Amino acid sequence: MSEDNNKKEKPTRREFIHIATTTVGAVGAGCIALPLVTQMNPDASVKALAKVEVDISKIEKGNEVTVMWRGKPIFIRRRTDEEVNKARQVSLKELKDPQKDEDRVKKGKDEWLVMIGVCTHLGCVPLKQQGEYGGWFCPCHGSHYDISGRIRKGPAPVNMEVPNYEFVSENKLVIG
Amino acid sequence: MKKIFYLSSILVLLCTNLLAAGDAAKPIKVDWSFNGFFGKFDRAQLQRGYQVYKEVCASCHSMKYLSFRNLGEIGGPEFSEAEVKAIAAGFTVKDGPNEEGEMFDRPGLPKDKFVSPYPNEKAARAVNGGAYPPDMSVLVKARSGGADYIYSILMGYENPPLDMKIEDGVYYNKYMAGNKIRMAAPLNDGSVEYSDGTKSSVSQMSKDVTAFLTWAAEPHLEKRKRIGFKTILYLLIFSILVFLSMKKIWSRIETKV
Amino acid sequence: MSDINYKPTSAFGKWFDERLPLLTLFNGHLMQYPTPKNLNYWWTFGGILTFCLVTQIITGIVLAMHYTAHADLAFSSVEHIMRDVNYGWLIRYIHSNGASMFFLAVYIHIFRALFYGSYKSPREVIWILGIIIYILMMAAAFMGYVLPWGQMSFWGATVITNLFSAIPLIGESITQWLWGGYSVDNPTLNRFFSLHYLIPFLILGLVILHIWALHVPGNNNPVGIDLKKDGSDTVPFHPYIVIKDLFALVIFMIIFAGFVFYAPNVLGHSDNYIPADPLVTPAHIVPEWYLLPFYAILRSVPDKLGGVVLMFGAIFILAALPWLDTSKVRSAVFRPIYKQFFWLLVIDVLVLGYMGAMPAEGTYLLISRVATVYYFLHFLIIMPLLGFMEKTKPVPLSIADPILSGSGNLAAAKKDNNNI
Repeated sequence: MSEDNNKKEKPTRREFIHIATTTVGAVGAGCIALPLVTQMNPDASVKALAKVEVDISKIEKGNEVTVMWRGKPIFIRRRTDEEVNKARQVSLKELKDPQKDEDRVKKGKDEWLVMIGVCTHLGCVPLKQQGEYGGWFCPCHGSHYDISGRIRKGPAPVNMEVPNYEFVSENKLVIG
Repeated sequence: MKKIFYLSSILVLLCTNLLAAGDAAKPIKVDWSFNGFFGKFDRAQLQRGYQVYKEVCASCHSMKYLSFRNLGEIGGPEFSEAEVKAIAAGFTVKDGPNEEGEMFDRPGLPKDKFVSPYPNEKAARAVNGGAYPPDMSVLVKARSGGADYIYSILMGYENPPLDMKIEDGVYYNKYMAGNKIRMAAPLNDGSVEYSDGTKSSVSQMSKDVTAFLTWAAEPHLEKRKRIGFKTILYLLIFSILVFLSMKKIWSRIETKV
Repeated sequence: MSDINYKPTSAFGKWFDERLPLLTLFNGHLMQYPTPKNLNYWWTFGGILTFCLVTQIITGIVLAMHYTAHADLAFSSVEHIMRDVNYGWLIRYIHSNGASMFFLAVYIHIFRALFYGSYKSPREVIWILGIIIYILMMAAAFMGYVLPWGQMSFWGATVITNLFSAIPLIGESITQWLWGGYSVDNPTLNRFFSLHYLIPFLILGLVILHIWALHVPGNNNPVGIDLKKDGSDTVPFHPYIVIKDLFALVIFMIIFAGFVFYAPNVLGHSDNYIPADPLVTPAHIVPEWYLLPFYAILRSVPDKLGGVVLMFGAIFILAALPWLDTSKVRSAVFRPIYKQFFWLLVIDVLVLGYMGAMPAEGTYLLISRVATVYYFLHFLIIMPLLGFMEKTKPVPLSIADPILSGSGNLAAAKKDNNNI
């Protein structure tokens, strides 16, 4: 067969043209893969809902409000002065996930606690004003959170998460 | 091979005759900035077009697939973030239910969809003598002739021929199928006062609002054509490389039949 | 095909191949598989069709992540894909234009088979599998077009599903069973979505059988004669045919890209950007271009049941072709009379397609009827008769030697060589 003769003379390194073609082809394949992968990223309509504005003017001291943000509940609690003091008197040694209350709030807005109301154990929504530490209690597996949202007793590994938020005015909070 | 070429060209020629329906005149051909392989929108034109839509058309025509935030996105009118917020806030939007279980009104936000003039199609028909002012989100794609056709309709209001009977509530339009349209001429010279000082003739406003509607129907037009150019260029280069590889491989064979 | 000389190179390869001989299969059928070395570019469309199927499946699965199959939400969900989903517009346009490209390729592939006699013995089962694949393609495309729930989606579905009511006695019941109601509505849309997702995988299975059946006798070739047994007429599939198929595919992709990026809606109908309205019938209900010839045949017959029978008959008659064509010669290269009738058939199908887009009245209807009659004439009368009556050209002894030894007309033989 004519091909056998050619096989004996075939160079051991692949021809340059084949390398070039394969490389350019691989680049093309990567470009095709890009939209197929990024289409699963949050789309424009989801990203538009990524921030939520909350009017906090009607929340009195000692009261709490729950709003939805990115599909999850957000606890916004306006704590009384005693509650804030109680939170600050807790020794860090007692905490499974040591964190100062001051680090969980905004400076000058110490009464306002903003947290993602999702138990860090397996994702249930804790109940407010329950539990042994004056904060929240998760009925699914018995996690107790204190008035700063920190895990005190139970299987949850870390404190309830504080999302990115800022006060855009005295009465308005923007989360996200 | 030749036969296929001749056959296809005959078919293409026959098909191009399909543009006008009945007595309607063929649409005016406009040299839009967004035509062609490298077409782009004119930002200022889109902003003027939005103004025409908002001040003239939006009282009857909804645009329910657009959100206010689209007005600020790349490839469109590209209003600034502050302008988009201001435009949205100028509209009242229904939201709720609140803690009392009631629906309430609030100022619009960028994430909200454009506000419709009527709550539903039946209400629209009731107010407009049984005719439904179509939603304009994809109107340019929903009409044969596209942007040229929409522009032509806006320019096509004339006095009817003497022998044609026009009923009440119906108007003569040169480019409409059957020459009758239920919408009165929506534009007159100076209907809108452009903030950039452009003279607002009927022709100018018609062009601007048509360009705006084209963007509304195809917000990714510029990106599509840009990526298209790169893709076809890549494929041409790649085809040459593959061709050379092919020749190299087949040269190993002494005789190819 | 089963090359006992092949041994996987890696240790894992050996271990795996002993348990499930995928590597041997791959090597035998896609790398060493002996392919005629005289194949021309009309043979590249099989590979192109595989690319089209994979493209439609991948883009389809992605679209299904964002689409909602409910009558109230379908149109909006497609607009959501076009506007908000990252590159949603691109994936949607690839899918909608991909369907057209799929049919363009399949028609070329079918007409290649008609010209070169690829359907003739011993390749009848490959051909029939192909017809079944074609029917499933049309079913999938029809249902896919309903999903955006535009005016053409709705009314096209109404017209075609109403055809089933023409069946005597049980027609009404069958139609209501298809609809899941008393007209095309949400239940219809939901089940069309389910079936539209299913059918491409049925097609994939049939394609595997189609290729398997092909690999038994091996490929046909432009000269239509059987190859020498010593293997001198063939080249291994890899790299010779792989690279040629790739080249043809890249050219095909340029045309595909032209539509997707610069004329994404030209093959469709603008009415489908109007949301479905059961109270307003469009002025002209037309299917997508690739279904137009059958639509023309359907409307040629004044009787509803007759139209349905003839429309399906036009497809099923293709399956009978290996037995209707009585010629002993495969390739039209050596059948000068058949060649003319082949081109007449092409013209006839194009005429039918054009008529399918026109209103079914006046001169258009007359031409449709003539073209329909001619279509059946070709298969039922002309093909059988030609086999007996045609004086074919002498067929070469081998593909490497199309100049028949002893033939006086060297120039004519050379000319034939160029026309292959």
